Amino acid sequence: MKLKLITAVTAAMMVAAPAMAELTFSALSYRTGPYAANGIPFADGYQDYFTLMNERDGGIGGERINLVECETAYNTEKGVECYEATKGQGVLVYQPLSTGITYQLIPKATADNIPMHTMGYGRTSAKNGNTFSHIFNYPANYWDGASIAIKHILDVNNGDISGKKIALVYHNSAYGKEPIRTLEELAKKHGYELTLLAVDHPGQEQKSQWLQIRRERPDYVLMWGWGVMNSVAIQEAVNIRYPMENFIGIWWSGSENDVLPAGEGANGYKALTFHNLGSDYPLYADLQQYVKDAGKAAGAGDQMGTVLYNRGLYAAMLAVEAAKTAQEIHGTAQITPAMMRDGMEALEITEEKMAAIGLPNFGPTFSVSCENHGGDGFGAVKQWDAAAGEWSLITDFFQSDQDVLNPLIAEDSAAYAAENNIAARCE
Amino acid sequence: MFYREAGDFKTSYVDDNQTFPIKFDRYRYYVVLFIAFAIIPFLLNDYWVNAVFMPFLIYAIAAIGLNILVGYCGQVSLGTGGFMAVGAYSCYKFMTGVDIWWGGELLFRLPEFNIFFSVLMGGVMTALVGLLFGLPSLRIKGFYLAVATLAAQFFLVWLFNRVSWFYNYSASGQISAPERTLLGVAISGPSAPAWAMYLFCLVFLAVSAIIARNLTRGSFGRKWMAIRDMDIAAEIIGVDPLRAKLSAFGVSSFFVGISGALFFAVYLGAVEVGEVFGIQKSFLVLFMVIIGGLGSIFGSFAGAAFLVLLPVFLKNFLVGGLGWPTDLAAHLEFMIVGALIIIFLIAEPHGLAQLWRVTKEKLRLWPFPH
Repeated sequence: MKLKLITAVTAAMMVAAPAMAELTFSALSYRTGPYAANGIPFADGYQDYFTLMNERDGGIGGERINLVECETAYNTEKGVECYEATKGQGVLVYQPLSTGITYQLIPKATADNIPMHTMGYGRTSAKNGNTFSHIFNYPANYWDGASIAIKHILDVNNGDISGKKIALVYHNSAYGKEPIRTLEELAKKHGYELTLLAVDHPGQEQKSQWLQIRRERPDYVLMWGWGVMNSVAIQEAVNIRYPMENFIGIWWSGSENDVLPAGEGANGYKALTFHNLGSDYPLYADLQQYVKDAGKAAGAGDQMGTVLYNRGLYAAMLAVEAAKTAQEIHGTAQITPAMMRDGMEALEITEEKMAAIGLPNFGPTFSVSCENHGGDGFGAVKQWDAAAGEWSLITDFFQSDQDVLNPLIAEDSAAYAAENNIAARCE
Repeated sequence: MFYREAGDFKTSYVDDNQTFPIKFDRYRYYVVLFIAFAIIPFLLNDYWVNAVFMPFLIYAIAAIGLNILVGYCGQVSLGTGGFMAVGAYSCYKFMTGVDIWWGGELLFRLPEFNIFFSVLMGGVMTALVGLLFGLPSLRIKGFYLAVATLAAQFFLVWLFNRVSWFYNYSASGQISAPERTLLGVAISGPSAPAWAMYLFCLVFLAVSAIIARNLTRGSFGRKWMAIRDMDIAAEIIGVDPLRAKLSAFGVSSFFVGISGALFFAVYLGAVEVGEVFGIQKSFLVLFMVIIGGLGSIFGSFAGAAFLVLLPVFLKNFLVGGLGWPTDLAAHLEFMIVGALIIIFLIAEPHGLAQLWRVTKEKLRLWPFPH
């Protein structure tokens, strides 16, 4: 035991030795466990973008990027361990890709003065930068997602959904419970009936939930799922012959890996997205040249162009742009996590910027401010075409119902501020 | 040579009955306590506390608790995760002020407890719940009891997910520990210093271990062991199975509850019951007890250390030391830990504690075995 302890000490020392001459980013990824099917493409995209920056541009502003990967298996305990293990190395920003881990890290990262970007997940009220100084969730959050889904249903029904039944199938965790409050609020406004169906981790057991759906026949089913839960739910929906075009998933329930197992039956399944699809972008030529052909692709290198790979790229792109902004603000290439936070708060994504990067029209344009850490909440609906084996956008990008969401965000962040004695930060 | 009874004269029964009758053991115990309390706190950083020491200390308390039930009293339990959840949620309610509602109106609200007493109350509430779920043990045994405790596990997790009173009606269904101080030092919350969290858990562990050790050496422990070895025989010689079994459930749950409270309030800070206190936690603690050694307090420590340190060590060694991909390392970790558990149980079915016992026997004769 003692020998083991000593070896552990030395091993940990080796890990903890900081390499300060670079810009360090972390990838809290999960390539194992029941959520790996979704974790792998995101992690690959995230890493490949940083590899591209290193190989093509020599890093950011002349500073090479050091990407530290840590396996969390979507488990909060491991996520906290990863955070503690890597924060000493000067990691500029954390993107845990897990709402559970996000909740753990919000107070810790704020106390350690390290920013965290939870793109399209995490605590929705972190949009209020007045209360959450170090947490960013641009360009969209769960409540935007809930509102966009309802807006889409409104559009399909010519603006009247009173009396309709809508069921929410959700992962029984902080993640899945996030949209409930918004959906209840929207139910009051639009007069639909909301049924809540919780699915426990990891989500392979959904027979009873879908039996209930078969019995009650809700007009629409929304899903907040992740990992193996997604493909199981879609398969179950196919099994009970639920009309797929009335089944709408959040952006985390809309990847190729989720629909492919259900084969032809999944045709017509809808999901939301806050960024564009496919690989038809100039950036992909560079990725092919500098990353894939150079043999430096992360993982198996077979995920390029998939939905979640694109999302990983997008997350990394926003991090790199924020780092560039921080370098400009502070006039130094060697930025610290605190400077990175300033960069994220001053981040501005414009059409020209995205075109220059090689991702024209890839995501919404937005600018972050002290009060608004969450962007403007634009999203679109996409649909799965099983024959062609690809997703396609069926709507334009449109904004969520800010009139409903803003008071909710103000209320929730005020509760958090009161609980933790946080004073409003912005003037 | 050093490790022997010879020359260590005892002149009173108290001396003769002490926990460590051999002088060397006694000094080793004091040295370990000294290092743990007076040296390690100065050497700690966040990573060491969060990745190594806190899980070890907290799991050791849980393992001691479960060992009393499984190892000493012979009642198999798979409800440890659920009982830890009871500890965590009671601690949360007491540290934020228990509110009692009746007919939609707030009847009264208890004042917020100090973190120390919140953790203790976590233990007390869990002991009560443990007593309740221990009742079936009077009628059923072995696998059947294991299934009954399994029911407790699932019921408790469901309860804490379902009834929003337990998580103070928060939207996410999570409980998160607000900052609480003890003697002016933050113990919970993000700005709690590493040494304070470590010492707080260490005090609970040390006191739990001393209480457990002395309970198991006294009449309670003897009754438990009599029940474990043969309950009918125990009943004939005058052991009341009702009291013995229920006291084992109560005491065991008390420690498990304390560990759950510490796990939530000090270690994680925010908890989602299904993920943190699920069935896999019950198995993890049971593995600790089995690998460490059933019916041994030292075994609880050894088992907790083995299952907490080994994965961390492997991860650091494979990813940090050898630079392997994280997914490969994670899969290898499962295989190595699993293989080691099997090898251990084949080579030494009585666990790490038995290895320690054998070592001590050899040490007594060293360097002149006959």
